[in-house]
Amino acid sequence: MPLKLRVNWIACDAHGMCAELLPELIALDDWGYPIVEPGAIRPELENHAKRAVAACPTCALTLDRVAGRS
Amino acid sequence: MSAATLPRIISGIPTHGFMSFEEHQAIHGTTPVLPPRREGSALEMEVARSGLRGHGGAAFPTAIKLHAVARARGRAVVVANGCDGEPASSKDRLLLARLPHLVLDGALLAARAVGARDIVIAVSEGLDRTERAIGVAISERPDLRRGGPQVRVAVVGEGYVSGQETALVNFLGGGPAKPTAVPPRVFERGVGGRPTLVQNVETLAQVALIARHGAAWFRELGTPEDPGSRLVSVTGAVAHPGVYEIENGAPLSGLLAAAGGAPVALQAFLLGGYAGTWVDPARGMSLALSETELTKAGTTLGAGVVVALPTSACAVAEIVSVAEWLSVQSAGQCGPCVNGLGAIAATLQHLQHGSAGAAPIERLRHWASLVRGRGACAHPDGVAGLVTSALDLFGAEFADHALHGACEACARRRILPLSAPRPRRLAA
Amino acid sequence: MTVGPSAYWYLTRATGGVAIILLTASVALGVLDVARVTTKRMPRFIVDGAHRTTSLLAVAFLAVHILTAVLDTFVSITLVDAVVPFVGNYRPFWLGLGAVAFDLLIALIFTSLVRRFLGHRTWRATHWLAYACWPIALLHGLGTGSDTKSIWMLAISLGGLAVVLVAVCWRAIVGWPTRPGLRLGALGGAIGFAFGMALWLPQGPLGPDWAERSGTPSPAPATSTGSVVAPHRPSDSVVERA
Repeated sequence: MPLKLRVNWIACDAHGMCAELLPELIALDDWGYPIVEPGAIRPELENHAKRAVAACPTCALTLDRVAGRS
Repeated sequence: MSAATLPRIISGIPTHGFMSFEEHQAIHGTTPVLPPRREGSALEMEVARSGLRGHGGAAFPTAIKLHAVARARGRAVVVANGCDGEPASSKDRLLLARLPHLVLDGALLAARAVGARDIVIAVSEGLDRTERAIGVAISERPDLRRGGPQVRVAVVGEGYVSGQETALVNFLGGGPAKPTAVPPRVFERGVGGRPTLVQNVETLAQVALIARHGAAWFRELGTPEDPGSRLVSVTGAVAHPGVYEIENGAPLSGLLAAAGGAPVALQAFLLGGYAGTWVDPARGMSLALSETELTKAGTTLGAGVVVALPTSACAVAEIVSVAEWLSVQSAGQCGPCVNGLGAIAATLQHLQHGSAGAAPIERLRHWASLVRGRGACAHPDGVAGLVTSALDLFGAEFADHALHGACEACARRRILPLSAPRPRRLAA
Repeated sequence: MTVGPSAYWYLTRATGGVAIILLTASVALGVLDVARVTTKRMPRFIVDGAHRTTSLLAVAFLAVHILTAVLDTFVSITLVDAVVPFVGNYRPFWLGLGAVAFDLLIALIFTSLVRRFLGHRTWRATHWLAYACWPIALLHGLGTGSDTKSIWMLAISLGGLAVVLVAVCWRAIVGWPTRPGLRLGALGGAIGFAFGMALWLPQGPLGPDWAERSGTPSPAPATSTGSVVAPHRPSDSVVERA
């Protein structure tokens, strides 16, 4: 099933590890906070996304299932 | 109450004091008693048929909220949000001060529909008379005395984001009046971890009327997509600022006329408050005030706010003042909001005085697009929309200030309010 | 050819030494992590990953350290002694400190593995225990270990202490000036610990008769498997001559 990334903006503290591990989908803004490409994650990037989620020091990044058929 | 005319909500509204329970029942009839949740969802179905949407600014379909809370696990709580987050809005405090029984009716009906035994009436601080009025109104009601739901009044600090759904729930649960991350949504886990129905007090007033007169009656006014009536706070350069009840879809020109018209030339309308957009006066006058039409036109009424900006005011100075205030009003929890709104406010300030450096307008647009959707609540989105529409409408004024600094109108007193106004005189 | 008890004894000492090195590295990397130290060739996720990996490696070496200590029949140490402190036969207090440090390390690793279910704030609160785990592990090594007087073990221990001291001072400064009381307390505690070590070591494990004073029991009787011979331990300061 397709997954998408969600940022908990209150927990996010601009560590930036997500952008290091998933540069294809995450860039950092002028202040170090993530700019996440919206929409479903391409299947070949899913493992990288899971790693980025696991790496976040404040657990601010999560993966949600995209509603609807996969 | 006759079929397709106004006033509805503000029928018989007193000019001072509040409408007593007796008077309330005389005008609106006795409070209906609908079957409780376990015996069916009569209220929910009627509200669904009516097409009622929330009046707190988000315009979320009320029936869907009722359904979600009724179905959630745990004993529900009903929160009547009377906080008037927008400084230019005063309809919530007006309803609570003058027509508390209509709001209490709606809250009771909603509580029964979702199986709640606790109701909280949230009101802004500094309104002692309103607080007392609600208290007296509660004590006047027989249905609240014999084993009815517990109703309490909660006083919420005056902050722009304090009335936001999750912030209010956070505060009522003992935390700060700051938004929380979703999920979980408050309809699943809100006050005390229980499913919570948060409804604007005007929405509850509408629910009270729908329960009495039915969905078909509600739909006799308004448009098919935006049925019914709504309250709008009109301020700024109008002869009679105050709260007005309009039929959804009525033209802005009609509302302006009801408010006595504009005694001076206008340079813009601000629709929707500080999370809304600026509109050219000529175009604005022809706008139909229904959310569907306004959305198509790229604007919104938000929580029902219209501000008329006269040509005598400096649009740039007004926006700088509001942007600074909005940046301070940030709950300070999310990086993009804190940094983005700060950068926007600082640049606007410099721009007003001609010291903004290279390409300030581009930078402002960049930051506005950067903060959208990147916060725990919609505050940064609101500011982004306000600033972007200002740059669109007042492009020449901004360019002028960037080059030449402050104008003579900059020194005049600000039109746009930055703290909650006291309830004003009103009309239908 | 069966593995003689002396092989286990060497293994337990070696893996213990490596473990304290790894734990020192883990503390240092942990501080670099929270201090957000990064270079072009060393992105944040590398520092973070290295911190997690050294911690897990430390557990792996500790597993061998414990198993070999248990299997070594020369002194009676049971598996229970590895996790329940102070109930053992052999230098109960100092061995017990090892159990405490090991328990803390398991708690640190477990809470980190289930971090997403615990929530960040809970995880953070428990992770402070790392600053308790390291000194307890060090004391365990110095008090229980057979090699405390040897130069290489002293170098590892004191070198590690120096690294951890620097790390703790750095950590105390990250985020200055908020919570100055807490920071000064941490600095004071770390420096106090170092001074305490300086005072204690010469009279303690580096002093005379430490084996006796630390609670080493009299040598165990010969086992029933006749082929086992009491091991010859030339550098041993552990066994008390009867």
